[in-house]
Amino acid sequence: MEFWFSELHTNNVKLSIRVEKQLFSGKSDFQQIDVFESSEFGRFLTSDGTVIFSEKDEFTYDEMIVHVPMAVHPDVKKVLVIGGGDGGVARELSYYDELEVIDVVEPDEMFVEVCKKFFPDNAKGLNDKRVNIYYQDGLRFLRSRHGEYDLIINDATDPFGHTAGLFTKEFYGCCYKALKDDGIMVYQHGSPFYDEDEEACRAMHKRAFRSFPISRVYQAHIPTCAAGYWLFGFASKKYHPIKDFNARRWNERGIKTWYYTTNLHTGAFMLPKYVEDLLVEEEQRKGDLIK
Amino acid sequence: MFKYDQQKAPLYEALERFRRQRVVPFDVPGHKRGRGNPELAQLLGDKCVGLDVNSMKPLDNLCHPISVIYEAEKLAADAFGAEHSFFMVGGTTSSVQSMILSVCKANDKIILPRNVHKSVINALVLCGAIPVYVNPEVNNHIGISLGIKNSQLEQAIKQNPDAVAVFVNNPTYYGVCSDIKTIVKIAHEHNMKVLVDEAHGTHFYFGEKLPVSAMEAGADMSAVSMHKSGGSLTQSSLLLINKGVNADHVRQIINLTQTTSASYLLMSSLDISRRNLALRGEESFKKVINMAEYARSEINDIGGYYAYGKDLIDGGSVFDFDTTKLSVFTRDIGLAGIEVYDLLRDEYDIQIEFGDIGNILAYISIGDRIQDIERLVGALADIKRLYQKDHTKMFSREYLTPEVVATPQQAFYAEKESLPIDEAKGRICSEFVMCYPPGIPILAPGERITDDVIDYIKYAKEKGCSMQGTEDTAVERLNVLK
Repeated sequence: MEFWFSELHTNNVKLSIRVEKQLFSGKSDFQQIDVFESSEFGRFLTSDGTVIFSEKDEFTYDEMIVHVPMAVHPDVKKVLVIGGGDGGVARELSYYDELEVIDVVEPDEMFVEVCKKFFPDNAKGLNDKRVNIYYQDGLRFLRSRHGEYDLIINDATDPFGHTAGLFTKEFYGCCYKALKDDGIMVYQHGSPFYDEDEEACRAMHKRAFRSFPISRVYQAHIPTCAAGYWLFGFASKKYHPIKDFNARRWNERGIKTWYYTTNLHTGAFMLPKYVEDLLVEEEQRKGDLIK
Repeated sequence: MFKYDQQKAPLYEALERFRRQRVVPFDVPGHKRGRGNPELAQLLGDKCVGLDVNSMKPLDNLCHPISVIYEAEKLAADAFGAEHSFFMVGGTTSSVQSMILSVCKANDKIILPRNVHKSVINALVLCGAIPVYVNPEVNNHIGISLGIKNSQLEQAIKQNPDAVAVFVNNPTYYGVCSDIKTIVKIAHEHNMKVLVDEAHGTHFYFGEKLPVSAMEAGADMSAVSMHKSGGSLTQSSLLLINKGVNADHVRQIINLTQTTSASYLLMSSLDISRRNLALRGEESFKKVINMAEYARSEINDIGGYYAYGKDLIDGGSVFDFDTTKLSVFTRDIGLAGIEVYDLLRDEYDIQIEFGDIGNILAYISIGDRIQDIERLVGALADIKRLYQKDHTKMFSREYLTPEVVATPQQAFYAEKESLPIDEAKGRICSEFVMCYPPGIPILAPGERITDDVIDYIKYAKEKGCSMQGTEDTAVERLNVLK
């Protein structure tokens, strides 16, 4: 018997993964959640038919979205993770002893329960004593926060699905407001390769660039993402991702990683020409700049 | 409860049967189930163009319904507690105009508030009736027109005992309701018909905790925009009539101006939406109310904005309030409603219903999700953070008391000349000027052009309102009576 999971990356391209068995299927108030077992990617979780993460490649973005800003900001005490109910980001954050508070805001309780059950290695991050989970809408949570956080990580991946609100100008604006004067926000920046994704990617950069004084983009290779190629956004009020990057200090921590290295840190900000071009185009587009 | 089985959807079922029969079309429409227009079929989908068919025996005919449309209208009347209902395909404009043309002839008087939709005054242009305006009270803080006070109506009736009908907006665009039950009682005591523009009140028929509906209040006719809160396709609408109104006469009036090729897409959407409302409306609108109330309290927590609701109720010109409406007063953050409306669309990709001088209105419906509400609230918070301004030099009034010099019909057809707007002061306007939306005329044909009106038009233009109604599309000149 052949049992395949397929996801359309565009109307004309699909990624198929041979599945051993389906472990879970359920519908929450927000999304259809499915968990599969596969021989190539191990267990993987999908939301409304889109792969959110797999055991085989989750380390890439969990590491890239945490260690890059942590190697730049000199003094992070309070972190907010939006989305991130799987716990992978919290797990990476838990390696930093100086952190005092890790707030995780995830609207979907079922998502957290499913991750705890089927992905205990990720979810163990949520057991850290410094972690507080808020089952709330990210935008709502942010509205009442002013100047509180050193770092905000937007772990939501899908600009078209139920997390669409986390890729908007209002979201970037609310993050700006919730950050301290030297705060950093990092976010999933999507894939620039296919046309439809490119539009979303452009829109994100346009908004972040207009909301923050420093806004750079970095990249990683993630096989289950569209085109296997993924970008992250680094938006910051004060620290520059390269100029303020302190490799020695980070290496002294001795955190074990599989993807991130301090060499790769600098390299990740060196983008292919077509990506650089589309980012510059959005930066030069006319429109109200932040006052 | 209902008299008939509301699970049924006769028109929709007939269309389904017809589709399965695979009848070969040698009639209009010429696209022949989309085959003759592949690009259209690609855009709308095969199923949609396949259902775009002409009237025929198995599918009845809207001009003279005897089978499935007749049944569907009967079910709709039952669902809305009306004596009879008409499926309308020319928008609620056609429902409103049919109401007026059914009860008014040339030189009949009709009592109405001035903040009516332009379709009402257009109907007066068509039939030559004379408007008697009851000036609505204005809430001076938020600058919106309110409902009709019973005492004002009584006075208007006393001064115009020969009027044939009273016309009421219930609710207004902003959600304000008048004491419609008492209005009906007063009007009927004076042998006047009561016509209700219920374009923004379809849901009143399907929910607890909502203001009383026109049919329940005993009004004679009501225009119901099914495509607004009812969920049917744009341009579809219902006209409801109560006991004592001659349905066959109303049908003749409707047929004066209605198309003879009514769209089955529109009509079937009315049939399906009526079924949905009858079966699930109450539950759906409970959710809508909760979402709107939640948004109201979150928006008021931001500070600076005023999202009003039942707190406006005063027993007079605000007798009740439709809590599904999310109207927000924005002037205290130094931005005109229209400016917030533009920012929401251009900067935040959020399209709301309209913005006027001091307010915005976001339409909350059965299709909304709580995460979208969060976006709207988040965007309003961000707009305040980034764009807040001083609000002292801003206009507030949304309503200007008109001086009616000629009937709309006389003024519209009279000899006229075109003048630059600044030179038109003191003259009588022969056309409409309005912001659209909401489509409530600033000037209607037959009204005197005053300084206040000219200032208002210029201010609205400057703030970015989309102005309509004049022959000069740039609204720099006005047609006035010679």
